[in-house]
Amino acid sequence: MQNQAGRIDSALAIELVGISKSFGPVQANRDIHLPVRRGTIHGIVGENGAGKSTLMSILYGFYQADSGEIRINGQRTEIPDSLAAISAGIGMVHQHFMLVQPFTVLENIILGAEDGPLLRPSLAKARSELERLANEYELRVDPDAVVSELSVGAQQRVEILKALYRECDILILDEPTGVLTPAEADHLFRILEHLKSEGKTIILITHKLREIMAVTDEVSIMRRGEMVKTLVTSETSPSELAELMVGRRVLLRVEKTPAKPGPVALEAKDLTLIDDKGVERLRSVSLNVREGEILGIAGVAGNGQSELLEVLAGIAVANSGTVTFRGQDLDLSKITNANQRRKLGIAHVPEDRHRRGLVMPYQTWENTAFGYHGQPRFEAGYGLMSRGEMRNDAVGKIERFDIRPPDTNLKSANFSGGNQQKIVLAREIESDPDVLLVGQPTRGVDIGAIEFIHQQIVTLRDRGKAIILVSVELDEIQALSDRIIVMFDGRVSGERLSSETDERELGLLMAGIDPEKSEGA
Amino acid sequence: MDIDVFVQLMGSSLRLATPLLLACLAGLFSERAGIFDIGLDGKMLAAAFAAGAVAAVSGSAWLGLLAGIGASMALSVVHGLASITLRGNQLISGVAINFLASGMTALIGQNWFHQGGQTPQLTADSRFLGIQLPFAEGLSSVPIVGPIYSNFISGHNILVYIALLTVPLTWWILFRTRFGLRLRAVGENPGAVDTAGISVVVQRYQAVLICGLLCGISGAYLSTGMSAGFVREMTAGKGFIALAALIFAKWKPWPALGACFLFGFLEAFGIRYQGFTIAGVTVPVQFMQALPYILTVVILAGFVGKAIPPKAGGQPYVKER
Repeated sequence: MQNQAGRIDSALAIELVGISKSFGPVQANRDIHLPVRRGTIHGIVGENGAGKSTLMSILYGFYQADSGEIRINGQRTEIPDSLAAISAGIGMVHQHFMLVQPFTVLENIILGAEDGPLLRPSLAKARSELERLANEYELRVDPDAVVSELSVGAQQRVEILKALYRECDILILDEPTGVLTPAEADHLFRILEHLKSEGKTIILITHKLREIMAVTDEVSIMRRGEMVKTLVTSETSPSELAELMVGRRVLLRVEKTPAKPGPVALEAKDLTLIDDKGVERLRSVSLNVREGEILGIAGVAGNGQSELLEVLAGIAVANSGTVTFRGQDLDLSKITNANQRRKLGIAHVPEDRHRRGLVMPYQTWENTAFGYHGQPRFEAGYGLMSRGEMRNDAVGKIERFDIRPPDTNLKSANFSGGNQQKIVLAREIESDPDVLLVGQPTRGVDIGAIEFIHQQIVTLRDRGKAIILVSVELDEIQALSDRIIVMFDGRVSGERLSSETDERELGLLMAGIDPEKSEGA
Repeated sequence: MDIDVFVQLMGSSLRLATPLLLACLAGLFSERAGIFDIGLDGKMLAAAFAAGAVAAVSGSAWLGLLAGIGASMALSVVHGLASITLRGNQLISGVAINFLASGMTALIGQNWFHQGGQTPQLTADSRFLGIQLPFAEGLSSVPIVGPIYSNFISGHNILVYIALLTVPLTWWILFRTRFGLRLRAVGENPGAVDTAGISVVVQRYQAVLICGLLCGISGAYLSTGMSAGFVREMTAGKGFIALAALIFAKWKPWPALGACFLFGFLEAFGIRYQGFTIAGVTVPVQFMQALPYILTVVILAGFVGKAIPPKAGGQPYVKER
């Protein structure tokens, strides 16, 4: 150790040595070693809760490690707070942007990096500096724009500019592409390549293996708070990475046979929805889904998919349009008792499982029956519920849906994201619906559980049921859907058969451009 | 309406608006930094008592003012401890401060002065008295300009002018200085401030202390400027009207001046036209006195349209895991 301490390995921008951190009884990081070479893009992958974010928060001074040391450019460096991280040349783009929404771009840039007590000189300096950075890195943002009015991609560029303005050499990006369109993601990766060629070091945290393969030079895999391995990206494969992340072999592709669509199960025509602020969220949306078919609804978050799902599920009111189910029109003029839709045979797995899918303080057996608790099989007479029956029912669901830990009395808040989602799915799928509405089934869910959830959805389809799947993960839409509808700005911007389209075309549709139509024009 | 009467009404509006304006700007600093402060009224009351008591004992209005500021800032520190350091509920802390001030001023007042919770009547030289600005006497005979200058602009006590100067000063601090930028940022997105390497806690304490300072001046004005001594519950809900004005003004300094002046005007109008007759019907005095409070309810009921408070207001800042 002693002779090593004196030696400066100048090839490494960052070296984490033996970092451990626990929160109470939870060990978030255990003896982490991480070498990041200067001038490279270094990926870090791992499931939710693998400790990636904790590790980066330690590096950025948000938390203090219990033990271990941080070396920057070979020098042992203490990082007690974010200020120390910034002065050590580290910049971070957080998953949830750390921007002040009503401020202008310039005000956001100088916040915390002002030159003196008065703003005017700082703003002038930032303006000229921003001009220089824009020319140098293809990072163009209007300095006087108010951040809340910028697109998500532009807001992210402001975050990167913030870091560059503070003269960072090392840039950490936490799940940067989750909210971007494919085109915006490509733009981001071009910027990252450019930063790399200027000698900056970049750490990219993501769960999208495709991105790791596309842009990183090296990749480190974390699992359950430990560093599993660091590999050269060109010498590995997505399946190897997935296996290292989960600790067992994982199927990345969903195994499914071609669909055998039957008659139309549910049809929506000209749905329009105007929200409280007078914004048109749905503009004349029409679609149908057939028995034995998975209809995927793709789009960047906030383009009307959520509202569509809510109208179909009866928890939002449409201003006009019809929904036909089994030859009869559903009442769209008022918010329906969710129970009525369920009785008809339309089940709903909501996008936000914490707010709408589960009652978090309830125990498993309560949540697996909730919404169906009025059914005769749970009746104990005299208007009372049979807790025993509900518990028995929960035991079966826990077993069939592999809910872990298999505890009927555990509060739902204490399950991992993946197992919470399995509770919701078990409840809705086992109600044997004719149509299943699913929103973001694998948001915040581990790779291992994703595989299982996807398999359940495909199995339901193979039983001849109709499924409408809303997801912002294009990979998921492509893997599961038989037919895909893309939404942009409240409209359907295109419809494709899954087998006859690709990511590039869907990406254009997600930005509101229909390549078929524009070619014709 | 006679111009002289109108000008006098305006002058009286200004005097009645002053405590509201100071409290409103106090709330502005606190709420812009993300700390809701329902305890403005309590702080004013404590300051009014401390200022009245110290001025009565020492014979100095200025010492009274200092004592008022001290008492108000002490309560600010309590609010800061509860809502910033201990991350408690800001509304509950504010309500507690109001009760504390209401009870303690009456109790201590009775114990010290034995006048039913009041402080002794202040003599003229232990109060803030009106200042005649230069030329006020000479100009008063000039038509229109004269009465406006001598009765509306001139003749108020120093605290009125301080309150008016605080408006541009607040604007300048908020929008032209580093301190103001950080203060506004911490009320909108404390995470952005924290990741920029600035202490959220320090920034919020500074804002809360400024709030205490201004509430202190406001309270001292009540007992040593507007009146000659402290009377139990003398704020009569002015801190809450200041809060309504703050919402009405959408947390901006210049509109705050307008909103407070409007409330001050209504109060002045109610005082002047007691027994006001309209179309043969005499409006009850009580109705005129209730006007500012009725307007408060109307404004708070959403008459102002959508007022968007600072986004992080009311929430204690916890670093997310």
